[in-house]
Amino acid sequence: MSFTLWLLTFASMVLVLLGLLLIGAILSYGERRILALLQDRLGPNRAGPFGLLQPVADILKLISKEDFIPPFADRIVYTVAPIIVPMTVLISFAVVPVSEDEWLADLNIALLYVLALSSLRVYGVMLGGWASNSKYSLLGGLRSAAQMISYELPMGLALVGVVMLSGSFSLREIVAAQELPFIVLQPLGFIIFLVCGIAETNRLPFDLPEAENELAAGYNTEYGGIRFAFFYLGEYLGVLLIAALVTVLFLGGWHGPWLPGVVWFALKTLTLILLFFWLRTSLPRLRYDQLMDLGWKLMLPAALLNLLVTAVLGLFWMRG
Amino acid sequence: MNKQTPALLIRLWHSLWTTLRHAWAKRETVSYPEIKRPLPGRWRGRIVLTRDPDGEERCVACYLCSAVCPVDCIHLQATQRDDGRRYPETFRIDFSRCIFCGFCEEACPTLAIQLTPDFEMCEQSHGELVYEKEQLLVEGQGKHPSYNFYRHAGIAITGKAIGEGVGDTPPVDHDTNLP
Ligand code: SF4
Ligand code: SF4
Repeated sequence: MSFTLWLLTFASMVLVLLGLLLIGAILSYGERRILALLQDRLGPNRAGPFGLLQPVADILKLISKEDFIPPFADRIVYTVAPIIVPMTVLISFAVVPVSEDEWLADLNIALLYVLALSSLRVYGVMLGGWASNSKYSLLGGLRSAAQMISYELPMGLALVGVVMLSGSFSLREIVAAQELPFIVLQPLGFIIFLVCGIAETNRLPFDLPEAENELAAGYNTEYGGIRFAFFYLGEYLGVLLIAALVTVLFLGGWHGPWLPGVVWFALKTLTLILLFFWLRTSLPRLRYDQLMDLGWKLMLPAALLNLLVTAVLGLFWMRG
Repeated sequence: MNKQTPALLIRLWHSLWTTLRHAWAKRETVSYPEIKRPLPGRWRGRIVLTRDPDGEERCVACYLCSAVCPVDCIHLQATQRDDGRRYPETFRIDFSRCIFCGFCEEACPTLAIQLTPDFEMCEQSHGELVYEKEQLLVEGQGKHPSYNFYRHAGIAITGKAIGEGVGDTPPVDHDTNLP
C-alpha cells in the first residue's frame, strides 16, 4: 500500500468516527425532544436554537465533572468497562454498507463479526456492574448478562434465514441480494431480530440492566462524568447500529427508487430509530420473568420455526 | 407464550397509539423564566423577619423557632435594649439547609418570622445561602399588619407599665384585698 492510500484510509476512518460521535450526540438530543413530544412536554429547548446545542452543553458538563472512582471499586476493570461499550459498537460500523459503493470494509464474515462484537459489548456492561462493587450495579450487570444470553440466541437464529436467502455472510452481498427486501420473505425473522435488537441495546421495554425505578441506575449507578458519557454514547450508537443492521438485513439497505442509495439508507435507519424512541415512551418495562419467558418460550421457538420454514421452502424452491 | 399473549399485543398497540396521539396534545410544560405561574399567598419560600406597626423589630429572641426547626438551621443570639425590649443581636438562617416546612412561623409567638412566596434564591455556593439578620429583616408587617406583641403582652417596658396593654385591666392592688 502506498503512503497516500494509508493516509486516505486513516483520514476516512477519523471522518467516520467523528461522524458517528456527532450522530450519537444528535441522537441524545433527538431522543429527548421526541420523548417530550409524545409526553406533552417541551424537552431541552434552552441551549441554542431549539436547544440544538444541548449535546454540547451535556458533553462540557460531563467532561468538567470530577473524575471519581469509588474507593470500593476495582480500579482497573472499573476504568476499562465503559470504554468497551462504545468501542465495540464503533468498530461494528466498519462493515455496515451505507450505499452501493460506500463502505469501509467488506468482510466476507461481516454478519458473524457484528454478532460477535455485540456479544462482546455485554462485557462492558457486566464488568462495569461487577467492578463497581455495589449491589445495584451488580444486579444490573447480572441481568444484562442473562438478558444477552436469552436474546443472542434467537437473534442469531433469525439471521440464519437471511443468510440462507442471500447465500452470503457479507453485509454488502446481503443487501445486493435484496431486490425484494427480506422483510417480505422473512417477516417473522424481521420481528424477532427487531425485538432482540432492542433487547441487545438495553432499551425500554428491555432496559432491565438499567431499570431506574428499582436499581437506581443499574450497572452505571457508580459511574459519573466522562465514564458515564461513554456508557451513554455506547447506548445511542447501539441504537444506531441496530437500526442500521435491520435496514441492511431486512429493509433492503440502499435499495429504493429515485433517491440515491445513501438517502434511502438514512431514511430507513431514521425511521427505525424513531420507532425505538416511540417504543421507549409507550411501553412499560418487562418484569424479569416476563423477559425470560419472552426470550426462551416465544422468541427462540419462533426463530427455530422461521429457520425450519425457510429451509424447507428454500429446498423446494431450489429443486423446482 | 401463554393465553394472555394476544390480549397483551392489543394493549401494546393501544399504548403506542395513545402516545402517538399525544404528539398533537397541548404541552404541559410552563416555560418558567418567561412565564411565571402565580404562587399561592401561603407559599412557603424565603423567610423574612417582620416589624410591628410602630416599625420596631417584632422578634423577641425567644429561641422557639430555633428550637422547633427540624434541621437546626436557625441560629440567633438574644440581647436586651435599655427600655426592656428583647431583640436578637444576631439572627442567621442557613437556607441551604432549610426545608421550608414553616414550623418556625407556626412557633413564633410574636408573628415575627414569616415565610414569603419567593423561591428564586439560587447562589453559586452554600455560603451565600446563609442569610444574616440584615438580609432577613424587612420594613413591614408581612401577613399580619396590625399585630404588636408588646402592646398586648403583659410585660413592662419603658413607656408601658404592666396593665397598660390593649384590653388589659390594671393589676389588682393586693393590699386592698386583705381583710
Ligand atoms: S421553615 Fe422549617 S426548616 Fe426552615 S427555618 Fe423554619 S423551621 Fe427551620
Ligand atoms: S420564634 Fe419568633 S420571636 Fe422567637 S426567636 Fe424566633 S422569630 Fe424571634
